[in-house]
Amino acid sequence: MVHQVLFIVFGLICVAGAINLLVQRHPINSALSLVVVMASLALIYLLLGAEFVAAIQVIVYAGAIMVLFVFVIMLLNAGAEERTRGSRIALFVGVPATVVLAGTVGWLLVHGSARLGGVSIGSSDFGETHAIARLLFRDFLLPFEITSVLILIAIMGAVVLGKREG
Amino acid sequence: MDTKTFLIIAVIKIALVVFIMLTGVAYTTWLERKLIGRIQNRWGPTRVGPFGLLQPLADGIKFILKEDMIPDNVHRGLFILAPMLALAMSLISIAVIPFGETITIAGHTTALQISGVTHVDGGISDINIGLLIILGVTSIGVYGVALAGWSSNSKYSLLGSLRASAQMISYELALGLSLVGILLLSGTLSLREIVSSQSGTWSLAGHDTHVPHWFIFPQIIGFFIYLLAAFAETNRIPFDLPEAETELVAGYHTEYSSMKFAMFFMAEYVNMFTVACLASLLFFGGWHGPHFSFLPAIAQSLLPVVWFALKVFFFIFLYIWIRGTLPRFRYDQLMAFGWKFLLPLAIANIIVTSLIVAWRA
Repeated sequence: MVHQVLFIVFGLICVAGAINLLVQRHPINSALSLVVVMASLALIYLLLGAEFVAAIQVIVYAGAIMVLFVFVIMLLNAGAEERTRGSRIALFVGVPATVVLAGTVGWLLVHGSARLGGVSIGSSDFGETHAIARLLFRDFLLPFEITSVLILIAIMGAVVLGKREG
Repeated sequence: MDTKTFLIIAVIKIALVVFIMLTGVAYTTWLERKLIGRIQNRWGPTRVGPFGLLQPLADGIKFILKEDMIPDNVHRGLFILAPMLALAMSLISIAVIPFGETITIAGHTTALQISGVTHVDGGISDINIGLLIILGVTSIGVYGVALAGWSSNSKYSLLGSLRASAQMISYELALGLSLVGILLLSGTLSLREIVSSQSGTWSLAGHDTHVPHWFIFPQIIGFFIYLLAAFAETNRIPFDLPEAETELVAGYHTEYSSMKFAMFFMAEYVNMFTVACLASLLFFGGWHGPHFSFLPAIAQSLLPVVWFALKVFFFIFLYIWIRGTLPRFRYDQLMAFGWKFLLPLAIANIIVTSLIVAWRA
C-alpha cells in the first residue's frame, strides 16, 4: 500500500519535472528540472528494491553528469532562450505522432501485460550489488567491455577536437 | 517492535543525533579558533565565558540577529535554495553512519545509528548501500555551492563556485576509487558490516601480531588518497581555492549574509564531520577499542561510542592542525595533483589490492 502511494507520488514528480524541463526558458532551470527527474527515477528504482541501481543513478546522473551540465551552463553564462512560433511540421506531424505513440504504448501495457512480464514491487534480489556484478562481469562481459572501449574512443575524439588549432 | 515504538525511537534518535552534531559543529569552530590561535602564538577567544567557551553561542545569536540581505539582481529562488540544499545534503549523510553496536533501554534494543533496523531475534542490519548513499548525497551537495555562485550574479561568487564545482567533481573520483580497496577486503557496502569485519587482530604467518584488524594497515595508500581527496572535497586548506579570500573576496558565499551564510558555514563543518566519521569507520575500525567487562551494561554499550568519538576528534584536530600549517595550492597545481597523481595512484592501489585478494582466495 505504502509502496503504491510512494510510486504514484514520485511518478508524478518525475513527470512534472520532465514537463517543467520543456516549459522553462532558462537553461539552468531546465537542467535543475532534469535533476529532479533523475532523483525521482532513483527513488522509483529504490521502491522496486534495486538499491544499487538507485544509488548509481544518483551518483552518476544527478551527481556527475548533471553537475557538468550546470557547470557548462554557468561557464558559458547562457541566457534565456527565445521563443519561436514553432514549425508547421511539428504541429501537423508531431502532435498526431505523439498521440499515436502514447496510444500504442498504453494499449500494449493494458492488453499485453501478461506477455511483457513484470516486476513485483519491493521484492526479489535482481537489483542487489552481487546480482548486478554477476550480470555485468559474467553474463554480459563482452558488451560491457566493448561499451567502455566505445566511451574511450569518444573521449579521445573529444580531446583531438579540443586540441585542434583554429 | 511495532510501528509506533519504531517511530518514537527513530524520532528520538534523529533529534539526539542532530542536536549532538550541531553542538559538535559549534564547538569545532571554537576549537579551531583556539588551536589556530595557539599555533599563531595568541590566545583565540577568551572574553565570552570561561576559556571563551560561550563564544559559539554568541556567534549563533549574532548570525540570527544580523540583517538578512538579498542583493538586487540575484536569481532569487535559487539564491535562497542554495544554502538550504548545502546544509540539508550535509546533514542527510549522518543518517547512515553507525556510532556503535546496540543499546538496550527499558527493554527496547536499538542500533546506535539513525537508519538501523532491529530484527525480531535482536539482530541489527543497516542499509546495505550505506557507503554509496554518502557518496551520492555528497555529489548532490555540489549543487548548493554551484547554484550559490551562479545565482549571486557576482563575478567573485561565480569564479568561486566554478572552482568549487570543478574541484569537487575532480576529487570525488579519487575519493570514490580510494574506497574500492576497502570494499574488496570487506566485500560489502554496508558501513556496519565493514566495521564488523575489522574486529580482532591481524595475524601474520599464523602468529597473532596484536595489531588491531583495521583496514589502514593493508590500505595505507588508499587512506592517504582518501585523506587528501577528503580535504579537497570539504574545501579546506590547502584546497580552499573556492573561497580564497586573497583573490576572490569570499568565493561562492560573497553575497550571503546572516543565517544563509551560517548555513554554508555549518554545511562545511558538518561535511568535515562526515568525512572524519567515514575515515574512522573505514580505516580505523569504527567503534572498536578495548573492552572493560567490569563496567555496567549501559556503559559497556556506550564505550564504543567514546572510542568512535575519539577517532573522529583526531581527524577534526588534524584538519585544524593542517589549516594552521600549510599554505594554499595554486589552481593548476590542484587540478594536476588530482588528475595526474591521485587518480592513477588510486587505480594502481585497486589493481594491487584486487590481485592480492584474488591470490589469497
